[in-house]
Amino acid sequence: MTQGQKATPAIAETARPGGLWIAFTATLKRDMTLMFRRRGELINPLVFFALVITLFPIGISPEREVLALIAPGLLWVAALLAALLSLDSLFRTDYDDGSLEQMLLAPQPLAALGLAKVVAHWLLTGLPLALVAPLLGVMLALPAGSYGVLVLALLLGSASLSLMGAIGAALTVGIARGGVLLSLLILPLYIPVLIFGVGAVQAAIIGEGVAAHLAMLGALLAASLLLAPWAIAASLRISING
Amino acid sequence: MSLCLEARQLACEREGRWLFEGLDLVVRSGEILRVEGPNGSGKTTLLKLLAGQLSDYHGELFWKGVPFGKVREQFVANLLYLGHSPGIKAGLSPLENLAWYQALCGERGSEAQRLSALEQVGLEGFEDVPAGQLSAGQQRRVALARLTLTRRALWVLDEPFTAIDRQGVAALEAQLAAHAAAGGSVVVTTHHALSASSAVRCIQLG
Amino acid sequence: MWTFIHKWGSPKWFYAMSARLQPWCWAAALMLIALGTVWGLGFAPADYQQGNSFRIIYVHVPAAFLAQSVFVSMAAASLVFMVWKIKVADMAATVMAPFGAVMTFVALFSGAVWGVPTWGTWWMWDARLTSMLILLFLYLGVIALRGAFASRDGGSKAASVLAMVGVINIPIIKYSVDWWFTLHQPSTFSVTSRPAMPVEMWLPLLIMVLGFYCFFIALTLMRTRSEILRREINKRWVIDLAREMR
Repeated sequence: MTQGQKATPAIAETARPGGLWIAFTATLKRDMTLMFRRRGELINPLVFFALVITLFPIGISPEREVLALIAPGLLWVAALLAALLSLDSLFRTDYDDGSLEQMLLAPQPLAALGLAKVVAHWLLTGLPLALVAPLLGVMLALPAGSYGVLVLALLLGSASLSLMGAIGAALTVGIARGGVLLSLLILPLYIPVLIFGVGAVQAAIIGEGVAAHLAMLGALLAASLLLAPWAIAASLRISING
Repeated sequence: MSLCLEARQLACEREGRWLFEGLDLVVRSGEILRVEGPNGSGKTTLLKLLAGQLSDYHGELFWKGVPFGKVREQFVANLLYLGHSPGIKAGLSPLENLAWYQALCGERGSEAQRLSALEQVGLEGFEDVPAGQLSAGQQRRVALARLTLTRRALWVLDEPFTAIDRQGVAALEAQLAAHAAAGGSVVVTTHHALSASSAVRCIQLG
Repeated sequence: MWTFIHKWGSPKWFYAMSARLQPWCWAAALMLIALGTVWGLGFAPADYQQGNSFRIIYVHVPAAFLAQSVFVSMAAASLVFMVWKIKVADMAATVMAPFGAVMTFVALFSGAVWGVPTWGTWWMWDARLTSMLILLFLYLGVIALRGAFASRDGGSKAASVLAMVGVINIPIIKYSVDWWFTLHQPSTFSVTSRPAMPVEMWLPLLIMVLGFYCFFIALTLMRTRSEILRREINKRWVIDLAREMR
């Protein structure tokens, strides 16, 4: 550390305009980079998803008729649990190494930075889960004609799940071993998404219109996008500063 | 244009106990304020308060004569706070860490800037090593590189000397003095004895 | 208005005022509940379909009303605490959560008991019972989160945020569960949505509901008072109070 800097620290009047977008994309990129460097954590939710799906034919019955009947629900419940499990680590490392505290003090709204982290989480868990689901649907004898709807519903639904789950993750990040607590807080809030998500797939199977279900999922996503970032920001402040 | 952070009758209660009460202090341009006190006397809490992190306190805080609530954005744009944890991601290299911090401030910055900041804290050759492989002191140095990289008038530093070797301590002390001499100001807690300098004022907690 | 809020926000003031208010609430609660119980169980006519088993309505419906109202009150108190930093509001929210959970449990349990003569089973995935079950989980979440924080201040704020998030979600959950239920069991008989009741039946029910609300207010005042003492144990006025009592 040499004594090299002589410039006068000028007093800035406001934060730099346009900085929000730079900060948002940088945070998104940073989180995705970190996730890609820990490949295991990237793959684990998918493996968990497949594993849970494997348990059901063994636990219930391998008959195709039985499986086809319960496939939409199973796929949704398993995807929901997989997304939930991955949420615990969303803010954990940032909390431990102190970078969350720095995000609080950045001259950017914390809600936007939190949203960037949630988007990264969704891109690397919700999105892959939705894309893998048809494969597992085949294994569960999910009737043809509902695969597209399954993916679409999971895409919409898992985004809401990530947003709502992030509130719980933010509330429990300061608590050692908060994982089980996180599920207790968040699972009740997941029920509407589960209902409309499964409803969409079931409607597609019996050949009814799926627009209403998908519209509800879209409405839930819009509401979570509007409200969740503020709740996440408030929760993070609480977890850090008590 | 002069910088001024002021607290009037500041008091903070935690779990039904008063950490400190009736605290008045002013930090002006060119000053280094050292907060002293035994463990548990509320040094970290005071620093967090002065960094605008906490909202539940009694008394008033002013930035250039304006209450904190009204100038938050402007205040934060002038602040550099380093807490207990260095805030360095183990999975990212020092360069990537610094790039993210620049972006948080809304700056794109340049690779050259970051390299020179790392060089100044003695981390040449470690620019691309994942920070998780660096020692605690080296990680702390990465965080300290932000002092050069991000030009901010007010530094609030919580135990910045932790885990740093003797050479590093001397250099950091010189850096604090230079910052004050250039018209900036510093609020710092440390158990380390700062070499006497006219700019340093002390307040005692607890 | 402002001075009013801040007066009530002071724990000492609240403690003094609630002492005066409390006996009235208790008296009203006891009278109404006693009257409703005697009237409902003894004198109201039996149901033409369900016979005497319908009388469980006099516990089930008030409990279900309270289960929801307490959550809303808790969220309102949390909002007051978060916006105006009034600690008494948080103390009230603290004591409301377990009470709400108990009421939800009572509603669930009485619903299950009622299910035996009506449906011939202890549990049916009826829309109302399912919503009630989810509500119980929401309560348990709020209580668990408050308890999990090492610092009380942090736990209070976190529980407040969760209560507010929950209260936004309750109507959504209720709506979605109703929709789910109509999709799956369109023709099942739902216990509480029935043709208009004769006045001799619903009047005692109304009295019971009012009685339960008074009970809720009285109990909340009482428990908030003890919560105030617990949290302000080191304050001058509490120490003086203890000295007077001795």
